[in-house]
Amino acid sequence: MSRQVEARIDVIRLSVSDNVAVAARELHAGESVELDGMAIDVQERIPTGSKLAVARIAEGERVIKFGAPIGSATRAISPGQHVHVHNVKSDYLPTYTHEPGHRFDEEAHQDAP
Amino acid sequence: MMTGPDDNPTATIGAGSVAIEGYPRADGRKGIRNVVLVVYLVECAQHVAREVANPWREDNVHLIGFPGCYANAYAARMMRELCTHPNVGAVLLVSLGCEGFDRAALAETIAESGRPVETLVIQESGGTRRTVDAGRRWVEQARGDIAGVTRVAMQPSELIVATICGGSDATSGVTANPAVGRAFDALVRDGVTCIFEETGELIGCEHHMASRAVTEELAQMLVGSVAKAARYYQSYGQASFAPGNADGGLTTIEEKSLGAYCKSGTAPISGLIKPGDRPTRGGLYLLDVVPDGEPKFGLPNITDNAEIVELMACGAHLTLFTTGRGSVVGSAIAPVIKICANPDTYRQLSDDMDVNAGRILEGRATVDEVGEEIHQLALEVAAGRPTASESLGHREFLLTYKSFEPIGPACLPTVG
Repeated sequence: MSRQVEARIDVIRLSVSDNVAVAARELHAGESVELDGMAIDVQERIPTGSKLAVARIAEGERVIKFGAPIGSATRAISPGQHVHVHNVKSDYLPTYTHEPGHRFDEEAHQDAP
Repeated sequence: MMTGPDDNPTATIGAGSVAIEGYPRADGRKGIRNVVLVVYLVECAQHVAREVANPWREDNVHLIGFPGCYANAYAARMMRELCTHPNVGAVLLVSLGCEGFDRAALAETIAESGRPVETLVIQESGGTRRTVDAGRRWVEQARGDIAGVTRVAMQPSELIVATICGGSDATSGVTANPAVGRAFDALVRDGVTCIFEETGELIGCEHHMASRAVTEELAQMLVGSVAKAARYYQSYGQASFAPGNADGGLTTIEEKSLGAYCKSGTAPISGLIKPGDRPTRGGLYLLDVVPDGEPKFGLPNITDNAEIVELMACGAHLTLFTTGRGSVVGSAIAPVIKICANPDTYRQLSDDMDVNAGRILEGRATVDEVGEEIHQLALEVAAGRPTASESLGHREFLLTYKSFEPIGPACLPTVG
C-alpha cells in the first residue's frame, strides 16, 4: 500500500465536486494547507472535523460535501473560511444550537403536537 | 507513541471465515446469545422486576420493559418480537396486575415459541418481597433449563446485523460510517442480512437511495418514507439534529444525513421494513422508524436505544453503533459493537469502544482496513466474543408509545 502512515493529513475532500473539505486536525489562521496540489490559506480556526471552503461560494449557492448538497450559503464564503451554521442554512429543516440566535424557540412551536 | 487495543486489531483479518455456533429455536432461527429476560409490563412493576434480575446483573439475565399503563398495539408487537428474539432462551413476565398490557396474550406467544415462560402478578403474589423471591426461584430454574441447549452450526445467511449512529460529529461521516458501509458490503456478500435505519436522518439522501432499490415500486416507497419523516419532524419545527451535532461541526440535517447514509454501503436495497417486520431473505433493508399518521405520541425516537430496540424487533442479532461525540451505551438482548469515529474521543473513552475508526483521520488506517476489521469483529461477536459494552454490563432498553400501519406488499422482496 502506498499511503504514508507517518504523514499527518491536514484536510480531506470527500468528493471531487465538493466546495468544502474536512479538517483532519485543528487548523489555525495563517497556516497554509495543500489539497490536490492547490494551496489554501486558512482564514480562521477550523476545529477537527469541521469544514473549510476550498472554492469561492456565493450567497445562495449550494454547499457541496459527499458530492451532494448539504445546504445553501447565507453569505459569500471565501476559500479557507470556516463553513458552518453562521454561513450555511439547511434546505430542509432549520438547525438549532445552544448559540444565541440559533436556539430552538419554544414559543414559536407551542402548537406542535 | 500510541499503543492500545486498536493497534493490534488486524490479527484475525485474513484468517478465514469465523465458525459460528448458534442456539437453535423452534421457529428455525438461531441465537448468538442465550438470555433470560425479566420483563416488567408497566413502570409500577419495574422495581420488582429489577430486584428479581439483580443477582445475575453480571450474567445472562436481562431486564426489559414497557412503562405505560395504557395498552398500545405497537408496544405489544415489539414485546412479542423481543420476547421471542433468537437471542432469548426464557422469559419471566412481571405485572403489577391492573395495567393495560395483555400479559396473557404475550405469555401465550412466548409459550408457543417453545420457550420457558412464567407470569408473576405482584397484586396476586403477596407484594414486593414475595414476588421477588418467587421470581428469583423461577429465574434460577430457567437458567439451568436453557444452559443445556446444544449449539449448532450457524450460517452467515442466518445472521442479521443492524447499524445505527449516535452522538454523531463531523468525523462520523468521514471515518466510522464509511467503514461500516464497507463492512455492510462484505457482510451482504457473505449472505448476512443487513438493516440500516432512521429515515429522519436520511433527509436529503432519498433520491440516491431510490437509485439503489431493486424495484421501481420500492424506489417510490423509499422516497415516500423519507418524505413522511420530513413531514413528521417539520411538525415539531426541528430535525433529528441535537445542538451537540452542531458543536461537533455538523451544519445541517442534510450533512448529518449524508454522513449517516454512508453506513448502508453500496449494496442494492432489497426492501423497506417497519419495526417488528422480519426481512424475508438476505440483502440490505431500510427500517422505517417514523410513525404513521398524525404525530400523536411525541417525538419518534427519543434516544438511540429506542432505535436499537426496533432493530432487535426485526430480528437483528447484533448492532454496529458508530459514534463521534462518544456514546457509551450497549443494549439488552443483542450485543452492540461500538465504532468510534473521532480519534480524540477514542482516547477519552477507549474502554467503551470496540473499534477506533479515528485512525483513518490520522492517516494510520484506511477506510477499507477499518471496514474489514468491523466485518471480522461482527462475525467474532456472533461467535461469542463479548463486546466492550457487554463486558461493562450495559443493558440499556427503551420502549415507548408509537403507532404504525402495516408495510405495503411492494416493500418486501418475495421469498424464493
